[in-house]
Amino acid sequence: MAVKNFVVASFDDEAVLFPAVKKVRTAGYKIHDVYTPFPVHGLDHAMGLRETSLHTAGFIYGICGTTTALSCMSWIFNSDWPLNIGGKPHFPLPAFIPITFELTVLFSAVGMVMTFCYLCNLMPFVKKHIFHPRQTDDLFVMAIEVTAKTNAEELKAFLAQAGGLEINEQRAEAGWWYGRFDQDDEPTLYKNAQTAVNA
Amino acid sequence: MHLKYESTLREPLVDGEKNYHQVTEDIIGPIEGKPGKLWYVGFFISVALLLWGVFSVTWEVYYGTGVWNLNKTIGWGWDITNFVWWVGIGHAGTLISAILLLFRQGWRTGVNRAAEAMTIFAVMCAGQFPIFHMGRVWMAFFVLPYPNTRGPLWVNFNSPLLWDVFAISTYFTVSLLFWYSGLLPDFATVRDRAKTKLRKLLYGVASFGWTGSAKHWQRHEALSLVLAGLSTPLVLSVHTIVSFDFATSVIPGWHTTIFPPYFVAGAIFSGFAMVNTLLIIVRKVLGLEDYITMGHMEAMNKVIVLTGSVVGCAYLTELFMAWYAAVPYEFATFYKYRAAGPLGWSYWIMMTCNVITPQVFWFRKMRRNIAVTFVMSIIVNIGMWFERFVIICTSLYRDYLPSSWSYYRPSWPEVGFYMGTFGLFFTCFFLFAKYFPVIAVAEIKFVLKTSGESFKKNNMEALEPLSAEEFEHHAHGAHDDHDHGHAGHAVAHAHN
Repeated sequence: MAVKNFVVASFDDEAVLFPAVKKVRTAGYKIHDVYTPFPVHGLDHAMGLRETSLHTAGFIYGICGTTTALSCMSWIFNSDWPLNIGGKPHFPLPAFIPITFELTVLFSAVGMVMTFCYLCNLMPFVKKHIFHPRQTDDLFVMAIEVTAKTNAEELKAFLAQAGGLEINEQRAEAGWWYGRFDQDDEPTLYKNAQTAVNA
Repeated sequence: MHLKYESTLREPLVDGEKNYHQVTEDIIGPIEGKPGKLWYVGFFISVALLLWGVFSVTWEVYYGTGVWNLNKTIGWGWDITNFVWWVGIGHAGTLISAILLLFRQGWRTGVNRAAEAMTIFAVMCAGQFPIFHMGRVWMAFFVLPYPNTRGPLWVNFNSPLLWDVFAISTYFTVSLLFWYSGLLPDFATVRDRAKTKLRKLLYGVASFGWTGSAKHWQRHEALSLVLAGLSTPLVLSVHTIVSFDFATSVIPGWHTTIFPPYFVAGAIFSGFAMVNTLLIIVRKVLGLEDYITMGHMEAMNKVIVLTGSVVGCAYLTELFMAWYAAVPYEFATFYKYRAAGPLGWSYWIMMTCNVITPQVFWFRKMRRNIAVTFVMSIIVNIGMWFERFVIICTSLYRDYLPSSWSYYRPSWPEVGFYMGTFGLFFTCFFLFAKYFPVIAVAEIKFVLKTSGESFKKNNMEALEPLSAEEFEHHAHGAHDDHDHGHAGHAVAHAHN
């Protein structure tokens, strides 16, 4: 991960946010991310994000659960330790269905949540830069990366025209790090080193 | 509010003039304040009950299951009754969060968080009973299938009791994951507005570093939808499998094919009643009447009267089949020892509480009355406890051999154990109500602009500037004029 410069604008209404996202994209700026307090439907399409494949992952985990359950139970009942339970068959498929179903659901759910946490870098003691403390309350916050070609002042004026409210520049770690939210522990050493290189 | 162009049935889900920030304030605010006196009183009563439960269970573990009033005839008593009762209560949360999500029932947003919490705590309570019923509880891990040193002895995959182990543990895990993934964004909201260091630390850890990124929300939505899709058959399967514990046996009174749907309906019935009991208190104490409205209560009361009637039909079907099948043992169980006989009183408590009293909810006035709803929610849960007691005990206490006939009343460790689970449930629920956002903040914000009262009103005014009364009067007046004109025409015609 890297420390980058951002121009940050906040919006107080999704009706203003959508056209702003469109304008910023047509103008050729690179949106780092948009932070919203709740899922705003259609924002992913407006930002040009690709559809998530989490569903597919869930399906694959589910199939793994089904095969694990069926193969384990039939291996145990048929080869590892065949027991005669009231003369019942060694491969009683109907009796295997409940456990097979439960394991399918279990594998799929646990797998999906773990994949979700992995993809979104979510874990206890994981910390990320919060661009605006109200981005989880009532503001929609757009962070635009400042590259070598970007004219920050021009971009700020552009965002103000598009309806952005508080517009500022922030230098922040773009990824995640291990840290606590009660401490200001943004990787400063790294940030300073990076500044030195840039200078 | 009177609506003009939208059906009056679609009442607002959020009352009052709210904006996004106000929603945060209303729901997160109680977490940041000091709990009231009532909270402390309730919490300490719960902890005391929990400790009493721990004592009763310790007693039972030390002296063995012999201290319970179970015997050769009555092998299952209060323990399994309580197990099934708690598991049943634990069905409402996932039903609300999963099935109602798939059915696009908007009102679920106000109640899903608390209902899911209730589910998790109820399943925790339920799990205690089969575990301690094992007697030598330190051997509880024997139910797990793993290559072991016991000669390699495996569990019996044909047994519904083992299916139960898988069903309950899967249900608990999936419900917990579903609940917690929904909590992440709300914990982040608490974290970002926290004033104290400790709160920032704890909610920071609990929020897993959630930021509200658009990509994360996209994945979160996908995750919620798939988890809802998985939980829907799961919630139906769990009580189905619990009913298999009985239905696959050959005991008259248990050996019935209608058990799975009948148990599932009963579970939803008691679960919604428990949600009503808890939420009527929570909305009052935390001042959340704008979010958990009478509309929410009414919707749940409708589910209660529906499922109560389904359960009633099941009771009558059982009686009919017991007569129609012409099996003497089955007939005796139902007509001589269940509806009558020494334990017959419990059958009639069940019938009254589950089938007769919920019928008051056919009346809109009753469905929207807080006091009636609260009293009914408790009556329903008493009734559903007796349903499980009736199924278990009245089928067992008169068995095939009259010399084994018995009567059953619980001993103090059994009652203490049950009281202890109330302690566990309410201790958890009090902590939840104090430290967790009891309503899904992000989800309320999501529906605010489509279902909030003030937004609905504004949207409507853009379409029709007249007020509701004026509009109605106007329409009515025009209609009257037309009638007059018509009558006049008719008169003129007659005159001609």
